[in-house]
Amino acid sequence: MSTVKYTRDHEWIRVDADTAVIGITDYAQTQLGDVVYVELPAVGRRVEKGKEAAVVESVKAASEVYAPVSGEVIAINDALSGEPGKVNADPMGEGWFLKLRIANAKELDELLDEAAYQSFVEGLH
Amino acid sequence: MSDWSKALGAFAPAGADSPTISGNRGLQIEEPLLFEQDMAGRSGVDLPPPPDVTDRLGALRRERPIGLPGLSEPQVVRHFTRLSQKNYAIDSGLYPLGSCTMKHNPRLNEKLARLPGFAELHPLQPPATVQGALELIDTLAHWLKVLTGMPALALSPAAGAHGELCGLMCIRAALDTRGESRKRVLVPESAHGTNPATAALAGFTVDPIPANERGRVDLAALKAKLGPDVAAIMITNPNTCGLFENEIIAIAEAIHGVGAYFYCDGANFNAIVGRVRPADLGIDCMHINLHKTFSTPHGGGGPGAGPVVLAASLAPFAPLPWIVHGREGFRLIEAAEGEARQALGRLKAFHGQMGMFVRALAYMMSHGADGLRQASADAVLNANYLLVRLDDVLTPSFPGPCMHEVLFDDRSLKDTGVTTLDLAKALIDEGYHPMTMYFPLVVHGAMLIEPTETESKETLDRFIAVMRGLVAKARRKESTAFHAAPQLTPRRRLDETAAARKPVLRWRPTVPPPSKAAE
Amino acid sequence: MRYLPLTDADRSAMLAAIGAPSMDALFADVPPAAQVKGLFDLPRAMGEIEVERALAQLAAKNLPTGAAASFLGCGAYRHHIPAAVDHLIQRGEFLTSYTPYQPEISQGTLQMLFEFQTQVALITGMDVANASMYDGATACAEAVMMANRLTHRKKTILAGDLHPHYRDTTLTYARFAGFDIVARAPQPDTPENIAALVSEEVACVVVQNPGAFGHVHDLAPLAEACHKRGALLVVAVTEVISLGLIKSPGEMGADIVVAEGQSLGNALSFGGPYVGLFATRDKFVRQMPGRLAGETVDAEGRRGWVLTLSTREQHIRREKATSNICTNSGLCALAFTIHLALLGEAGFTRLAAINHARAIGVAEQVAAIPGIRLLTPTFFNEFTLRLPRPVAPVVDALAKRGVLAGVPASRLWPDAGLDDLLIVAVTELNTDEDAAALAEGLREVLR
Repeated sequence: MSTVKYTRDHEWIRVDADTAVIGITDYAQTQLGDVVYVELPAVGRRVEKGKEAAVVESVKAASEVYAPVSGEVIAINDALSGEPGKVNADPMGEGWFLKLRIANAKELDELLDEAAYQSFVEGLH
Repeated sequence: MSDWSKALGAFAPAGADSPTISGNRGLQIEEPLLFEQDMAGRSGVDLPPPPDVTDRLGALRRERPIGLPGLSEPQVVRHFTRLSQKNYAIDSGLYPLGSCTMKHNPRLNEKLARLPGFAELHPLQPPATVQGALELIDTLAHWLKVLTGMPALALSPAAGAHGELCGLMCIRAALDTRGESRKRVLVPESAHGTNPATAALAGFTVDPIPANERGRVDLAALKAKLGPDVAAIMITNPNTCGLFENEIIAIAEAIHGVGAYFYCDGANFNAIVGRVRPADLGIDCMHINLHKTFSTPHGGGGPGAGPVVLAASLAPFAPLPWIVHGREGFRLIEAAEGEARQALGRLKAFHGQMGMFVRALAYMMSHGADGLRQASADAVLNANYLLVRLDDVLTPSFPGPCMHEVLFDDRSLKDTGVTTLDLAKALIDEGYHPMTMYFPLVVHGAMLIEPTETESKETLDRFIAVMRGLVAKARRKESTAFHAAPQLTPRRRLDETAAARKPVLRWRPTVPPPSKAAE
Repeated sequence: MRYLPLTDADRSAMLAAIGAPSMDALFADVPPAAQVKGLFDLPRAMGEIEVERALAQLAAKNLPTGAAASFLGCGAYRHHIPAAVDHLIQRGEFLTSYTPYQPEISQGTLQMLFEFQTQVALITGMDVANASMYDGATACAEAVMMANRLTHRKKTILAGDLHPHYRDTTLTYARFAGFDIVARAPQPDTPENIAALVSEEVACVVVQNPGAFGHVHDLAPLAEACHKRGALLVVAVTEVISLGLIKSPGEMGADIVVAEGQSLGNALSFGGPYVGLFATRDKFVRQMPGRLAGETVDAEGRRGWVLTLSTREQHIRREKATSNICTNSGLCALAFTIHLALLGEAGFTRLAAINHARAIGVAEQVAAIPGIRLLTPTFFNEFTLRLPRPVAPVVDALAKRGVLAGVPASRLWPDAGLDDLLIVAVTELNTDEDAAALAEGLREVLR
């Protein structure tokens, strides 16, 4: 049974036991426009909560993707190198970025749930 | 590989919409790549056969063909003539690209830069054989020093961003000499991207400062950021919103008060040249874009020239070479020794953009002290004229008057379905190069318009009428036409997403030559 | 003033429209203390006749290489520029346009840059090239920074026969960026064994080919040594004509090639503006500095060109950009491209062969002079002579006779004990008379 949480930097994290899949939200991909390139970390790298884990680029913008929680990268979405458009087409599904082994589950408590994120996004307009 | 039908096939407009069989449209002629016009045995240059010698290359003679296409001179001339006809240029019309200063490029300057006495000088000739060249650079330096009130000049930077790097490196060197390791550089949020990029390259960290509601640096916010770790501030003045930083003297005092330096990005010096001396504003160093203020041609993106004027506190660190007056005329100091012992080192090969120095000096001499003062006034007058003639249809971002360029945002286009980009593309169909768009970043949908002093009132009046007409059209909810613009250009909107997703950065033969297979 | 279209009547009408009482009122935001009221102490406006006369007088104080027997090289070479080149680059649509930010009305510049990138990739033997840098020396510094980013290492080795201006520019850039540069001392007499110095800490090795003294190097063993230890090989070329005759750096295993492109299409112009070439492998393209033109299609499906991969650049990445460079050397790149288009494969390779053959002829002629020794067994169009006495005064004496004999090594390496070395470059423009004047001059001055 998995739960999805969000950050104020527009990352989502789907937690399943001690691992989690991470990507950017639909709001983030809309703001960026057509994604043309995604730079992903090497498998095995340790990422820290709030620090850069990946970079996503559109034609006119480049944006860091921050790790919602600390952990070790155990998989990355290789399909994005050939088809970065998946981030636009299916940001919460086929457009996922990377999979982490969570180092400290307590960090999850600081993240937003679906309702809190939605109201945060609405507040941005 | 000279399959013309295939080469032309690449250009044939999709579907049956093409008004012509050839794909050409009158004066707009389709032109394949050089590589698609190759015919072995053709050359546009006649050279005698080389003398018969045993080579001295060791075993390193090239064995594989390079793959360069062969064309005759008439083909090459036609090729580049046709390409040129697909470009907009200052010579074609108004080019109000804010912050880029697209003004007329006098042809006298081109002629003079080509005098054999300048163009055919080798940078490493004995100095005794290049005294006129050194005198020319010294004269240019004199003009720039008088116009800025600054005592010293670094001449070698090749462009504005290179000048920024020079200035920040001089500041680092000065701090090193003081034994201080200050690392923070304050940069307004409205700054050009080169400012933070340069600060990072020179080893500093960048701390942004916000703008106030008047589009200027927020002095209180700036003061709150000051501390003993601040190395410098980088301010563009007039700033990227086209406004003079009226609190600049207070800014300079605050910066100097904590022992930091004041770098001025001189990209907009053209607004004040002949009227305001940067030295009187408390500036410690400033680059001057000779290709903007002093009208050396932009050439489709360079070459530029970005000499830097320096206060006495930074002058000892100016990069090599230095030109000094010696007993037997001008001397070039090319090593960090003697009076130049604290010099930064080199920022590029040789002595700077000589070809640009000749053009810039010719421009300055043509204008004279009186003409330069008139030119900056006319530039400011033209921009303010656009401001008052357009402020009821576009929304100025900040209250006027402006300096040499005027900034509007996209509030006036709200609910029309037309964006700043759409408006710009529609201007292209109207025969104008668009203004700078989406810069500076501090306002939404920015449109930065810089007419320059070399435009006549008639040209401005026509442009104003077109702009007003376009806004009226947008308000009539005719956004579909805007989204389709431009329609009358050699190419319609280009797919930048496809270009970035699968980059094709060079031509490759459709069938690779067999010798390449080894790779 | 001939460049200012506004008349006094225009100005009055416009001021009235604005509601400003005077021109000075438009400068109200400038602190009064900083406003200069009168004219600066500089000459008044001049007509074309006066400006042309004044600058022609300065030009006349110089000795143009075309009026001498010139053998100067060391990173700037005098070659013949076909007349069509200068004619075409002076077309206003090239000369007076800006960076092609609006691709629909800049296809000329963009297609030209795409052709330039292709030509540079072809002659260097690399996959991809950018739209140019300021010059060869700054391209070299940028290559070192790129290698540091790619390898996450901080140490760079510069060969002893890298042009000292390239070395010094790289040192200046590295000084504040925190890179560790090992600049080797020049050894014109003996081959350098850099391969032995390449360790796991090394980001890149920078070598020049042909070297600054003229030696032609086989770089394949060094490339292998670099790659074995995860380092990159950066090859600098100061004379691009050599690529018409010598195996390309790409073929020898270079990872980044930087070059000075002045020899094609660009006047000597006392050292600038020139055009830096920058080429690399496909896999490194996202770390490459500088502008890039790329192919795409327009809304009607027709082929066209745009600037691309700009997220590397300062206007988007700001302090995280790959470089602070904001321009390229557009018009110089255009001159390069037109010249190389005129030459084509046949012309370019023949031009290189002529340069080499003429240089061999001159080298043999001067090396036969008693007391002079040729130091470079291999060379392309530039070689080094050892003279029996300090070279600088010899060069000055010959200049008075209208012979620009070459560059004294002491001018480039002032304190390296190379005072007796003369670096001589020979191109297709040097005649038999030039060669005779050089030989005769050296013979007499050394007598």
